[in-house]
Order: sequence, then structure tokens, then C-alpha cells
Amino acid sequence: MTSVLIAVLVLALLGIAYSQGVSRSRLLAGQTRLHSRPQYHGALVALWAVLPLLVLLLVWLLASGMAQDWYIASQLPVEILPGTTEYASAAARLRNIASGFGVAGEAAEWEATAGAALAQFNTVLMLAIVALGAVLGVVGMLYMRSRLTARTRARNHVEAFIKAALIFCSVVAILTTVGIVVSLVTETVRFFTFVSPFEFFFGTVWNPGYSTTSNEASGSYGMLPLLVGTVMISLIAMLVALPVGLMSAIWLTQYANPKLRNAIKPVIEILAGIPTIVYGFFALVTVGPALSGLGDVLGFGINATSALTAGIVMGIMIIPFISSLSDDIIRQVPRTMRDGSLGLGATKAETIRMVIVPAALPGIVGAILLAVSRAIGETMIVVLAAGNAPILRFDPTEPTSTFTVTIVTALTGDADFASPQSLVAFALGLTLFVITLLLNIGALAIVRKYREQYE
Amino acid sequence: MNATNNSGPMGGNRIVPSAPASAASAVSRISAKDVTVHYGEKQAIFGVSMEVPEKSVTAFIGPSGCGKSTFLRCFNRMNDTIEGCKVGGKITIDGEDIYDPSLDVVELRARVGMVFQKPNPFPKSIYDNIAYGPRIHGLVKNKAETDELVESSLKKAGLWKEVHDRLDAPGTGLSGGQQQRLCIARTIATGPEVILMDEPCSALDPIATSIVEDLIHELKEQYTIIIVTHSMQQAARVSQKTAFFHLGKLIEYGETEQIFVNPKEKQTEAYITGRIG
Amino acid sequence: MTDLAQTATGAPANEAEANARRRAQVRRSLARRNRAETRFKMLGLGSVLAAMAFVAILFGNILSNGLPAFWQFTLETEITFDPEVINVPDRPVRQAGQSDADYQAEMLGWQRRLAMVNWNRLLIAGVESAMAEDGVTTEIDARSAQSIIDSGARFVLRDMVIADPSIIGQTRRLNLLLSADGDNWAKEKLSRNLPDERQQLSRPARDVIDALMESGSVHRSFAWHIFTNVDSRSSPASAGLAGAFMGSFYMMLVVLLLAVPIGVASAIYLEEFAPKNRVTDLIEVNINNLAAVPSIVFGLLGAAVFINIFHLPLSAPLVGGLVLTLMTLPTVIIATRSSLRAVPPSLRQAALGIGASKTQMVFHHVLPVTYPGILTASILGVAQALGETAPLLLIGMNAFVANIPATPLDQSAALPVQIYLWQGNENRNFFEERTFAAIIVLLALMILLNALAIWLRSRLERKA
Repeated sequence: MTSVLIAVLVLALLGIAYSQGVSRSRLLAGQTRLHSRPQYHGALVALWAVLPLLVLLLVWLLASGMAQDWYIASQLPVEILPGTTEYASAAARLRNIASGFGVAGEAAEWEATAGAALAQFNTVLMLAIVALGAVLGVVGMLYMRSRLTARTRARNHVEAFIKAALIFCSVVAILTTVGIVVSLVTETVRFFTFVSPFEFFFGTVWNPGYSTTSNEASGSYGMLPLLVGTVMISLIAMLVALPVGLMSAIWLTQYANPKLRNAIKPVIEILAGIPTIVYGFFALVTVGPALSGLGDVLGFGINATSALTAGIVMGIMIIPFISSLSDDIIRQVPRTMRDGSLGLGATKAETIRMVIVPAALPGIVGAILLAVSRAIGETMIVVLAAGNAPILRFDPTEPTSTFTVTIVTALTGDADFASPQSLVAFALGLTLFVITLLLNIGALAIVRKYREQYE
Repeated sequence: MNATNNSGPMGGNRIVPSAPASAASAVSRISAKDVTVHYGEKQAIFGVSMEVPEKSVTAFIGPSGCGKSTFLRCFNRMNDTIEGCKVGGKITIDGEDIYDPSLDVVELRARVGMVFQKPNPFPKSIYDNIAYGPRIHGLVKNKAETDELVESSLKKAGLWKEVHDRLDAPGTGLSGGQQQRLCIARTIATGPEVILMDEPCSALDPIATSIVEDLIHELKEQYTIIIVTHSMQQAARVSQKTAFFHLGKLIEYGETEQIFVNPKEKQTEAYITGRIG
Repeated sequence: MTDLAQTATGAPANEAEANARRRAQVRRSLARRNRAETRFKMLGLGSVLAAMAFVAILFGNILSNGLPAFWQFTLETEITFDPEVINVPDRPVRQAGQSDADYQAEMLGWQRRLAMVNWNRLLIAGVESAMAEDGVTTEIDARSAQSIIDSGARFVLRDMVIADPSIIGQTRRLNLLLSADGDNWAKEKLSRNLPDERQQLSRPARDVIDALMESGSVHRSFAWHIFTNVDSRSSPASAGLAGAFMGSFYMMLVVLLLAVPIGVASAIYLEEFAPKNRVTDLIEVNINNLAAVPSIVFGLLGAAVFINIFHLPLSAPLVGGLVLTLMTLPTVIIATRSSLRAVPPSLRQAALGIGASKTQMVFHHVLPVTYPGILTASILGVAQALGETAPLLLIGMNAFVANIPATPLDQSAALPVQIYLWQGNENRNFFEERTFAAIIVLLALMILLNALAIWLRSRLERKA
């Protein structure tokens, strides 16, 4: 109800201010030539009318709860101490009475009066805010309107405002990065008050103990087993994705006729659009048991959830990533280079192997780095299919664990947020972030240099 | 300079070799008959026939888009690599039909080398650039043979003195003119009999151009050379015979001197005097 | 000329011979090289076919496993709303002058009475009546009879009474869902040869299901409730995706309302207004890197900032939407920038040339041309966000929620998280199929979004 009222108020003010500005400038236009067109005068007046009002409403939104709490505190009898459950329930009862919802059963007399007073307080506060907002808006509108002259650079002012809004939006991306870095670093520092960085980075045992008190860490927090698991799975993924992806890109760019290529490329790229949770489940119920069965046939044990299962499925996921990046890169190798080799009598395969791929190598390396960074940060496939066994071993047929799996386990458990077994997620997240950041920066630099080489 | 080129004046669309004066060298090795090229629906070459004499330089001239490069690329079937390109008619080298389906294009291109408009060294060392062709064709058996072939090819291309102390440096690090001579050396190393040159000097500065022209002049002692050029001066300087193309048709073909001094066709004259082009 | 004297191929005299020798050499190498060529080409083709086979296997696997879940076995029978069993007072009517709170308390009391009714007796009677109708004479105890029907049927009956109390005393013909175990048995997901102690249903229950299937009272029906019900732990057979769907819907709404305007605005600033200096370079590198930051890191950001500092509610689609917005933002920015870059400079010069200001040029001339690109990028960004799971787990969306969220601030599940939750359910036999069904729904939505993007783009581009 109130929100509708406020929306109507804002919109009405917006409309009135705009038309005021436009009519004023039309009037001016009769006398001399205007610097800006009437729409800009209207927009400028509207901005002056609405912006202060919006700021006020924002403040109210943030502060109204506080004001109400303060008023309730002043209404409650002194026997009810703040912070107790009686206080909370009494406050809730007052709010319900004030909102007109009422309370079940009889309300005490003091409750009824206090509730009524609270209702009155709320109404008065809201009316005051609305009135203040309206006055602010009208004053802003009249002020700007009175200052409008033919020479007012209304367009420039409005455009400056638009530009400021655009800049504000581009800052969001920066703020996100800052937010990521700051939050990861702060929580990691908190974690390192429990566990020494040396133990964390070089420890070979991962076995966080579930201490009941959250002020000391029990168990071991050595991340090496997770690092080994992460690297092993990424390696397996690359062993699957690289040959298939690269050879597909080669075939599609060098051998396939354009019609076929245009038909096949989107089909392969479907693999890139499938959510990772789907891959994870596919790995868990289909690939894992199949591999385990294959292991039985071959005579050695493969666990259904293992580094191998997760790695292979992750490799399938990464195929389109490698193939479309390589595709772009191979296409950038100048045609003259290919012609030079063919002109010497090299076969197509010789040309590709000995001229085109070496020429594209820097770009392909960049693509591989990007793919590795993606594999390292991948979560749902490993959560479902890697087995979550943080043990330092190098056997891909055994269950293992990764950074991402451990982050999920740490933050989805019952542990308190401030306890080391939760905070460790941020230390792992920071490590993951730094690794992927380095890979990305390296890859982007290589790819950019490669592009410049052939431009 | 014209000792090996004694064929008489020629003209017209149907070009018949005149009686050779010297039987030893005026045997036409390359012969094209009614060659047509289509790019998809569009026809680029209309029934061109000509005989290219051995061990001499033949220049193709004409305004851009006249089909001279397209026609050149027919001789080692580089047009095969272009999507939708169809070649008709008959081209023979030593009487052998090069469009015969049983002929392997790899073998043909080993015999008919090509140098391109823009220098295109491979992203490898100078040494590996030269050794690439001989290695893939199995022409060298060991390091010593390769070394020898690399050296002789670079010498033939007149590049040996400049690069002999940095054979491991990347070929892409050379200057434009050196790169183009590297590409020529690379072609020579494969041991071709014919070398096709597609505007080899268009990306080079005047000094590099004159070095390459001198090189062409020397190479014709051993190789049959066909060069496409957009510069009439270059054609006049390096070639013994010249063919003028216009709109996909061979307008006139004959001794270079005759074409430039006394063209038979009106269109040739118009081009020479700068009225078309 | 001195160079020529030293040719590797010898003096001109035996040049022809050398040429012939070289040609023979090349010819000899041909067979081997052509074999290598074919091998290489086949390797490439094999890779493409392998990649396409993965697509086929993945989809084949999902469809073949998931589609059966959309048809569940039901028991068609007569249920008598026996007043002796449903022994509750009349539904309360609001008195004049009664406060909202009092009325609601009374209504809650009535519903509590209803909840305490032994609905199972009605269900057992329903099973017995179906048996009697079909002439099935198997001896069956109450527990076994009850285990045939999904326990969610109790709520179906209760809701019928709440909606229309006059139903008490009447008999209705209903289609009741079989329990998860019953459905497993009917679909033969468990080997029928397993000994009794390893079967989930008692022998009489199995026999009755078989007999009723024979007579047609137990039959497959399309499981609409997958789309209309919320998740349920106690009655797995009637668990549905409605809550998760609404949760995802709210999140996508947040993403669309925040990521698209902010992303487009910042792309416009960076591409059209920003001076080319180190700061903008930094922003550029920053955005490219942000696009490659693992999604789980955004989850950590959400947990640390939105949950732990701002104390936004756990499991709320609003928070999920915010996290996904930050994740989608770089995608939208990058795509919009490349559409802006594709606008020919001549258009900009033309606009500036007739005296438009830079802002007018951008908003009146450049931006309209890029609408198809921006729109497609936005939809694809939303589709990508729709499937994202990991960051949601970290902001508490892995909680079990059995409600359809009314606002973006209510607790809620989301489609991909629902998949995660169902795959972890202990009743694997039943939930494996159900999880695949949820995957089908998720993929169908994503395909729909992608198709929409393609359709809109081709439509808009034709107009432009």
C-alpha cells in the first residue's frame, strides 16, 4: 500500500517536473534560440525533482527499521530486558497489534495502548517522510525551473548525469574483484590464526577435526592431498580433451566442407552449454559404473567414483572449449603459409603437422592454459564423481578430492562460519583464485601476443 | 641473353609455337590447351592455350583481376586448394597430363615449385625452412646431405653470404627481400624443374626487387620460370616471352621485345601505353 | 654463376638424369605419405565423431533414463470420506469483529485437528475397495496395504476436505500415486528374484500390486505433479519441481534486471566514453579475468559478503540471483562490447557529423543497431546462470525447502540444486530416474532459452 503510494508520488513528480521543464523552455524558445532542446530542460528539471526524493527514500528504507526498534524500546515496560526472548516476543506482539493483524487472545491493556502508539508513530513517520520527500521534490523542481534560461546547458548536464551513471555501472565489475579479493583474504587471514600457513600449504594430511569450540583447530589442514587430486583430475581431463578437441578443430577447419562444418560445430558446442551438475550426475551413474565394469574385465580394480571418472567426464566437458578456441586460432594462421607448404608438394597432413600447428602453437598453448584453469575450478563434476577422499596418493583409479570439493564440503556442513573447518574454504578459495588468475593472465597475454603477430 | 629463346613472333588467341631455331632448348615443355577456370558460377579463365618454352622466363602481364594469377596457379594445381574452383582443358608437362586423376598432386608440386606474392617463410629456423621440402619428400638421407643441400640452395638464391652464420635464426626475422629469397631457396631445395612466381616483388622495396630480379635472371639457366607481374618494366627486364591477359582471356603472347615494341593487338597496345589497367 | 657450378644435383650435363632420380625418389615416398595423410584425416574425423558420440550418448542416456519418470503408476480406486474417521468440527467461520490473529489461530486449530485425522485408514480402505472391485483375494495386512500408496496421498485427501468440507461422508473415485517402492516394483527396477528380506515391499504388497496391474486398476499416468508439487522427503513419489522452478525463476529475474542493465551500461562506457588510459586497461583486464574466475569463488564471495556481512537470508533466491548476477556480468559486458565494436565507425561519424552529441550518437544511433547482439548475449548469459550449481550451495541453497517461494526473499530451492539434492537421496532406485527427469526439465528450459535467443536474433536482424 505504502509502496504503491510512494511509487505514484515519484512518478507524478517525475511527470510534472518534466512537463514543467519542457513548457518553461518552450516559453524561452519564443524569445531566443535555445542551447538545448526542450526535452533536455524537462529531463534536467525532472532529475532535480526526483533525485533528492530517491535519496531520501533510500535512507528511510535503511533507517525505518531502526527508528521503529527505537520507538518500541521506549514503549516497552522497563521490566522486560532487551536481548531476552520475552523482549523479542513482546516487540513482535506490539508490531502485530500496530499493523492491525492483532494477536490471538486478549492483548494486555498496556500492549493495546503501546501498539496503538506504535501504529500512530509509524503513520506519522511515513507521512513525514512522504511530505518531506514531496517538499524536497517540489523545491528541487521549482529551483531548477527558475534557473532555466535559454543559455542553460541542459543537455550537457543531463549527459553528465548519464555518464556518471555509466561510470558507476562499470565500477561494479571492479568492485566485484575487490570484493572477491578482500573477502577471501580477510577470511584466509582469520583461518591462519588457527592453522599456520606453512602447515596449510605443505601439510600432507587432510583431516580436519570437528572441534566443538570454534576457537581452536583440531586435526590437520594440509592441502597437498587436495592439490594432487586437483592436478591429477585436470591432467586426465586434458588428456581426453586436448587430442579430441584439437583434432576436431583441425578436421573442421582443414578438411570439412563448409556446409558440414556449419552443421557439426553447433552440435559439438552443445557440450559446452550443458550444466556441470548434469555432467556430474552422468559421471556418477553412467560413466563410473561403466569404468568400474571395464576395470573388472581388464583385471584391475577401478573405483566407480575416482579421479579417472571425474577426469574423463570433465575432459568431455572441455572438448568444445579446446576445439572452438583452437578453431579460431588455426584460422588466424595466414593462408599464404599453408599455400607455401602445399606449393612445395607437402601433403595436407604434413602441412598441418609441420607448418600450421607450429605456427598456431602459442595460441594453442594459451587455449590449453585457459582450459586447465577451467578444469581446476570446476566443481560439480568432482563433487559428485571424484569420491571425496582427501588422501595423498597418485592412483587415478582411487577416489580423491579437490580444492573445490573441499570448499563445498566445508561450507555446506553444520560447522559455525567462524570455525576453522568453515574458514578453510576461503583459504582454499584464495589458493584456487590465485592459481586460476595466473593461468588466465598468462593465457590472455599469450593469445593477445599471438593475435598481434598475424595482424 | 636471348640465346635460348629463338621462337618467332606470335599473336592472337590461338597461339602456335613457331618453328624452333635451336632444337636443343626450344622444345616447349609446358603446354596448355583450352584451359578454363570457374569459381563456382563465375568463369575466370576463358579457353587459354599456350606453349611455355624450357629454361627461360615467361611473364604474364595484364590489369589486376585479368586472371593471370589464376592461370599461373593451374600449373601446379594450387587452385585445387580453393573451395569451388574448377579447372577445364588440358595442361601437359613433358607430354604428361597434370590433371590426370592418377597423377599425385604432391609429385607435381615437387616438380613445379611456387613462390608467392607475400614472402611466407614458415615459423621455423632458416635451416629448417630450406630443409622442409627435401625432408618431406625423402630427398635427403642424413644430416650431411641436408647441410649440403641447404648451403647450395641458399647459394643459388644468393642468400648464403648474408645468413650462413645464423641458420638457426627464425626465418621470419629476415628482411622482406631476404624472406622472399629464402622462399625461393626453399623452392629450389626441392629440386623443381619449373618455378612459378606470383608477383614475387610486389611486397618488396626497389633495392630488394632488383636483387630478386637479378636472381631470376640467373635461375633461368637451370629452371623454367613463369612469373606473374603487374609491372611492365619488370616483365621487360626479366622475361624472354610475355603473355598479356585481359578479362580472363589471353590477348597476345610473344617475344617480350615484340610485345612491348610492336604489339599486334589493340588491347595490348592500350595496356602498354597505360590506357587500360 | 659460381653458385650454379656447385649444385647438389650435379652439372647441367646430367641434369635430366638428376631430375629423373629425384622424381623417382618423390614417387617412392608417395605411398607412405598418402597413408599418413589418410591416417591423419581419419584421426581428425574420428575425433569429431567421438565428440558427437559424446553428445549422443549423454542425451540418449538422460532421455532413456529420465523420460520414464514422467509416467508414474497410480491406483484408481474409490475413497470414502468416512465421517467416523474424519471426526472434526465444522470449519470455523469468521465472526464479526474478530481480529485477523484470532481468526487465523482458530483456523490453524481446525487444520491441526484435520492433520491429526488418521487418513491412512481411508487409504487402506481404498486399497481394499480396489481389491474387492477387481476380485483380488490376497490376504494383506494394514501396513502392507498402506505401503502401496504414496504417503503424500494423505495430504491430497486432507486438502480436498479443507477445500470443501461437505465432502465428508461422500465417496469419490480418485487416482492415487503408488509409493516410491510400489512404483519401483511396478516398473521392475528391482529384480523380482531377490529374496524377501532384500525387497523393499512385503510379499502381499507386491502380490497385490501385480494383481491390480493385471486388472488395470494400477496403471501408468502422466505425472503432472512433477511440475506442480514441491519437494518432499516423506512422500518421495509425489515430490515435484515447482518450488525449485520458482526459485530459479526469481533468480533469473534478478539476473535479468541487474546483470543486463549494469553490463550494457558498463560496456557502453568502456567502449564509447572511457579514455584509453591505464585505468581503463586495468578494467579491461579485470573483466576478462573475472569472466574466467571459477564460479565457486563467486559462491565464496556471496557467503562472506551477502550472508556473513549483510546478513541477507540464507537460501533466498535474491542472494542467489545477486551472486549469479556478478558471475554473468562479465559475459554480458564482453558480448555487448563486441557488438558495439562491430558497428561501423562510419555510422558514428555520420551521427557526429550532423551535430549529435556523443551521448546522442551512442543512444540514438549506435545502440539500436546492437540490440540483437545484446539481447542474444543476455539470454545466453541467463541460460548459463540457470544451470549454475556450485555457488548456490555455498549460500545455503542446498537446504531442503518444501515451499513455493512467494517472494525472492523466501527460502527456496533451485533447479540445479534440486538435481544435486535428489541425486543424494537414499532411495537411489527411485530418485535416479527422478533426477534424470529434473535434468530433462532443466535442459529443456535451457534449450528453450537458446532457441529463443536464436529466433529473436534472426528476427531482429532481418528487421535491421
